[in-house]
Amino acid sequence: MTITEKILARAAGKTSVSPGENIWIKVDTLMTHDVCGPPTFQIWKREFGEKARIWDKEKVVIFPDHYIFTRDQHANRNVGLLRQFAGEHNLPNFYDAHTERYKGVCHIALAEEGYNLPGSVLIGTDSHSCTSGAFGLFSTGVGNTDAAFILGTGTIWEKVPESMKFTFEGAMPEYLTAKDLILWILGDISTDGATYRAMEFDGEAVFSLNMDERMTLTNMAIEAGGMNGIIAADETAQRYVRERSDRPFEIFNSDADARYHSTYRYDTARLEPVVAKPHSPDNRDTVRNVQGTPLTKAYIGSCTGGKMTDFMNAAKILINQKVKVPTFVVPGSTEVAARLETETYKGISLREILSDAGCVIARSSCAACLGGPADTIGRSVERDVVISTTNRNFPGRMGSKKSEVYLASPLTVAASAVNGFISDPRDFL
Amino acid sequence: MAKLITGRAYVLGANIDTDQIIPAEHLVYSLSDEQESRQYGRFALSGVPPERAGLPAGGIGFISEEQWQSDYSIIVAGPNFGCGSSREHAPFALQKAGVRMVIAESYARIFYRNAVDGGFLVPYESMEPLNTRIRTGDMLEVNMAENRLFNASTLESFSLKAPGSVLPIIEAGGLFEYARQNGMIK
Ligand code: SF4
Repeated sequence: MTITEKILARAAGKTSVSPGENIWIKVDTLMTHDVCGPPTFQIWKREFGEKARIWDKEKVVIFPDHYIFTRDQHANRNVGLLRQFAGEHNLPNFYDAHTERYKGVCHIALAEEGYNLPGSVLIGTDSHSCTSGAFGLFSTGVGNTDAAFILGTGTIWEKVPESMKFTFEGAMPEYLTAKDLILWILGDISTDGATYRAMEFDGEAVFSLNMDERMTLTNMAIEAGGMNGIIAADETAQRYVRERSDRPFEIFNSDADARYHSTYRYDTARLEPVVAKPHSPDNRDTVRNVQGTPLTKAYIGSCTGGKMTDFMNAAKILINQKVKVPTFVVPGSTEVAARLETETYKGISLREILSDAGCVIARSSCAACLGGPADTIGRSVERDVVISTTNRNFPGRMGSKKSEVYLASPLTVAASAVNGFISDPRDFL
Repeated sequence: MAKLITGRAYVLGANIDTDQIIPAEHLVYSLSDEQESRQYGRFALSGVPPERAGLPAGGIGFISEEQWQSDYSIIVAGPNFGCGSSREHAPFALQKAGVRMVIAESYARIFYRNAVDGGFLVPYESMEPLNTRIRTGDMLEVNMAENRLFNASTLESFSLKAPGSVLPIIEAGGLFEYARQNGMIK
C-alpha cells in the first residue's frame, strides 16, 4: 500500500483499503477559519438540534486568518461569531484575532502549533488543508456540511484516492525553490491532473528540503485537483513535530511494491526557475521566456510563499537593493513576523533588509492572496500586473478581474521587484 | 428527489473556479439569514469574464441586473468545474440563484462533495464535451432514472455518467439526511 492508503486504512479501522473504495474514517483534527467556521457551526446546530454535542473539543482548531485587518463589518462579524462559538463551548484551541494568541494563516499555524502529527487524519474547511501532508499525514479540505458532520460525529466518508508519485532526484540548486518544483509539476499535469488522487512527493531533493519548503509542495497539490499531498515523515519532520508537540504519532511509509496511478521523475539540475502565467496555476513558462514583462506590483505572502524560508530567499536578493514596484511582504504567521526581526542574513535582520529595500511589511493574515474586502492591503486593482508567491492566479483571485497575476518563487518575485519587470533570480545570485 | 429536471441551459467553458462562481469579496454574507443569503444568488457566477459568460456567444449575463434569481437552472460546462477553494458558498450560491443541476465533463473534488453532501444541486458528469453541443438558452430535460439528457431545443439526446457510489446521498438529499435514514445519527 501507499502511505496515503495505510493512513486511511488505519483511520477506517481496516487492515487494507484500495483506491476507489468509499470508506468512513475517524478524524484526528478538524480545522476551520473565519470564512467557513460560522456557516459550519450554523449547520451543526441546525442538523444536530438542541442536543448538539461536539465530538471532541481538543480536536477542533480554529484560526481566524482570512479577513482580519479590515473595516468590513460583515467580515468582522464572522470573526465575532467564531469568538462567540469558542466561548460558548469552551473550545481550548481557538486563536483569536487581535489577541496575543493570534497566529495568522491557518496552514502555517497548524504546523507551528504542533497539530501536524504524522500518521493522523486532518480535515480542514479550506482547500489548502493538503499543506499539512508535508508531515506524513492525510490532510484534505472539505466544505461546511462535511465539517459540521465531523464536528458532531468525528467521522467522514472519503473515496480512497489513487496515488501519483513525483520523484525529484539530485540536489537543489541555489536558484531553485519548492515553488519551482510544484509549478513544473502543474505545467506537466494541469489543474485537473490529480483530481481525486493523492500526490506523493519523494526523492533526494525533496528530503533535502526543510519543512517550510516541503509545505510549499503539498500546499499546491490542490492546484492540480489533488485530494491530498503527502511526504513521508523523515527525521527532519519528526524533529520539527517533537519540538512543538508531546503527543504520540505514527510513521507510515509506502511499500516498495505499492501501486501508483502514475510516476514522474525529475532531475533538479535540469529544471530552471518558472512562473505560472495568467490566469491559471498550470500555465507554466520559464522565467527566461517571460523576462521583461512589466509589472505594477509584487507580493510575497500566503500559506504558499509567506513562510520564514520564503522571506529568507527574498532577502538574499533584496539585500542592498531597492524595489521598483510596490512590493508587499505579508508574513504568514505572527511567529514568522517575529522571526523576521530575529533571523538575519549577512548579519542584518530580515525585517531590516526587506524594509530597506522599500517593501511594505503588513500584518499576518491571508490578505490579498484571495483579494478580500476593498480595504485589504496589497489587493490588485484595475489592470495591475502582479508577480506573487501565492498559489492561485484565476481571474479576480487577488482582487480586480482585469488584473493579471504571475505566480513565482520568492527568489523570482524579489528579483522582479528590483527590476520592475519579470526577472530571473540567477542574474542576482 | 425529483427524477426529471427541466430548465434552460447556461453554458460555460473549462476550469470554472470558485472565485468565478462566487468572488471572495462576497463571502462575508450570512448563509443562514434568509434575506442576507439572497446576496449569494445575486452574485452567482459574477466572476466569469463577460466574453466567456453564456457560450457560445458569450456576453450573456447569468442574472439580469436587479434580479435575485437566474432564468437558467441547468449549467453545462467543460472539465474541472468548481476548482479552487473549498467554499461551500459556491454550490450554495448557484442553488440560491435557482440552479438545480450542473452537467460538466468533470469536477474538482471539493465542489463535487459539497454539492452532494450539502444537497444543493445535482452534479452530473457528461460523457462528451456537451458545452460545445448545447447553447445557452436551450431547453433541457434530464431524466435521472435513466441518466439521459434531452435537448428540447435541438431534439438531441445524450447519455450522462451514472453518479455511482454517491447516488444514495444524492437521493437522500444530502449527507445529514442520508446519515439519519441509515441510523448513523439521530
Ligand atoms: S493564504 Fe491564501 S491560499 Fe492560504 S489559506 Fe489564506 S487565502 Fe487560502
